[in-house]
Amino acid sequence: MSLISVKDLTIRFATDEGLITAVDDVSFDIAPGEILGLVGESGSGKSVTAKALMRLNGGNTRYDESSQITLGVPGEAPVDVLSLKRERDMEPIRGGAVSMIFQEPMASFAPAITVGQQMVEQLLIHTDMTKAQARKHAIDMLDRVGIPDPARRFEQYAFEFSGGMRQRAMIAMALSTSPKLLIADEPTTALDVTIQAQVIDLMKDLVREFGMGILFITHDLGVIAQTADRVAVMYLGKLVETGTVRQVIRTPGHPYTRGLIDALPKLSDLDAPLTPVPGDIPSPLNRPAGCVFHTRCSMARPGLCDVSVPLAEGLPGGQSVACHFALDIRQKEGAA
Amino acid sequence: MSTDPVIEAKNLSVRYPLGKGFLGPRATLAAVDNISLNIEKGSFFGLVGESGSGKTTLGRALLKAAPISEGEVFFRDEDVSHDLRTIKGLELKDYRKRAQLIFQDPYAALSPRMTVRDIIAEPLEVMGLTRTRAETDARVREIAAKCRLNLEHLRRFPHAFSGGQRQRISIARALVSGPKFIVADESVAALDVSIQADVLNLLKTIQRDMGISFLFISHDLSVVAHTCDHVAVMYLGNLVETAPTRSLFTRPRHPYTSALLSAIPSLDPDDTREAEKLTGEIPSPANPPKGCKFHTRCRFARDACTAERPQLREMAPGHMVACHFAEEFDFSANGALQSA
Repeated sequence: MSLISVKDLTIRFATDEGLITAVDDVSFDIAPGEILGLVGESGSGKSVTAKALMRLNGGNTRYDESSQITLGVPGEAPVDVLSLKRERDMEPIRGGAVSMIFQEPMASFAPAITVGQQMVEQLLIHTDMTKAQARKHAIDMLDRVGIPDPARRFEQYAFEFSGGMRQRAMIAMALSTSPKLLIADEPTTALDVTIQAQVIDLMKDLVREFGMGILFITHDLGVIAQTADRVAVMYLGKLVETGTVRQVIRTPGHPYTRGLIDALPKLSDLDAPLTPVPGDIPSPLNRPAGCVFHTRCSMARPGLCDVSVPLAEGLPGGQSVACHFALDIRQKEGAA
Repeated sequence: MSTDPVIEAKNLSVRYPLGKGFLGPRATLAAVDNISLNIEKGSFFGLVGESGSGKTTLGRALLKAAPISEGEVFFRDEDVSHDLRTIKGLELKDYRKRAQLIFQDPYAALSPRMTVRDIIAEPLEVMGLTRTRAETDARVREIAAKCRLNLEHLRRFPHAFSGGQRQRISIARALVSGPKFIVADESVAALDVSIQADVLNLLKTIQRDMGISFLFISHDLSVVAHTCDHVAVMYLGNLVETAPTRSLFTRPRHPYTSALLSAIPSLDPDDTREAEKLTGEIPSPANPPKGCKFHTRCRFARDACTAERPQLREMAPGHMVACHFAEEFDFSANGALQSA
């Protein structure tokens, strides 16, 4: 059974300018021990999707009737996340079964409380540990993520940490309650490549050790290639492609995924021209009708792509692509 | 391409005072420490390094926007030459016209209360480069068209534009005074991948068509590899390696460059080579390591590295390396040692 199962998730925000669709009919599953990479550009709805798993979106959020999020922790009764009414009911999920790591670690630590106090606080909420046990466990976790002199660091404030160390401390904090699902929202984007490499290694080690599932959100396909088992590509609230990391990166099925890969500067071929995806991402206020990508797609056919929404089409091998031409593209490639 | 440098820096240092210095000599922090470099006319010069390495400070010093504590910097155009250490008054005004900066964050760099036309026109008005409104408008339209901005959009405000469009507005604003030298500080770092390529291509077109020299500051080595002719790698205020792009990326010679390259995540999921990981983080520039500043993180460090700071030496045509033992290393493009 899946650790988390998202079905037909549609999220809208009520604003002065009307209802804005941020996530449109998204479905995916994550198994225990699996890393699902969620890729997409800013405004594609990655973070909104992730926050929905913990019900962290603001008060103006509207989940459509059809939306379903089921958290299935092995050995426990499945939880229908969207049906939870009271804040109190969400407590076991937030920070307990599910933890989240954010892009900007400075914004995730309270500036006036020591890092240690914050780690102990959540352990007291989510576990049966005594204060002394929680303190010992927190220091162990800081040590585990490679923070030198953890006992001293435990007493310090977040501003006394460097950027890379803050991100490690946040990982330590997120993992200290042994969550079953970890949501990592651009955890390495603000870091230098050298530190990013360290953090990626650390996260892979921890998955192996704790066997948790991870939803890894990033816009960096290189990071995805090195971490994820499966990939889901998002564009303007829609899941346009899902598949294993090799399928999606080696044989992208959706023109958008292909465009993203072509736009990426590659060190293996310095002379390859950089091909931008033409145009700009449309505003969520006026989402294109039909296929959301048709305004920037070179294959778009008038009368089809601007009218009818493509359904996710299963390709041989389990890759799933939401494009009217998904099968045509694959056949042409097969013939070539 | 002529070989006259548009920017020539000799032993440039930028130091900032630390604390009050109540007793004894004031402690200083060398953000840029004894750097010499030439930026050739019409070239696209890349500057890479981790955060805290001094890239931005160096860029600003070359624009006379950070104090030059020691050394010399010269700017040379066809008709003038400026000594940036002593420049002031009318000469400085002239330099401001000829050297410009493009920032990282296109959301913060544009005033939300000015129309796109006014944003692009402002440098012309402030510097008094045009006399009439009609002349200003003509110039703004000419530059806006070069930056592929829709002329209909000139009356709009920045909030109506996406990140890529905003960055094109920032570029237009930098170009309007007719500069010969532009510092682009992480100018594509805030953009999405699909848009980033578009802005990079625009900058390259400007370099070629208008003969402008760029200092392109970036932490993203793949972007630098694809755009720059020449690359300099900075670490804690020092240049550790500088070389023509191809030479640097196919055969890095400094252990730091090699480690940086190997830390870039590969797009190939099966490329699981253990990258030679740098341990630890960049030390504080307030208290840099003695000798070679990189020795605390270098896996090849020996006694000589703590004793003496290595100087840049030419190892191949145009390829300079500051490492005592550079001859001994053979790093492949991926930074993996090919043979010990």
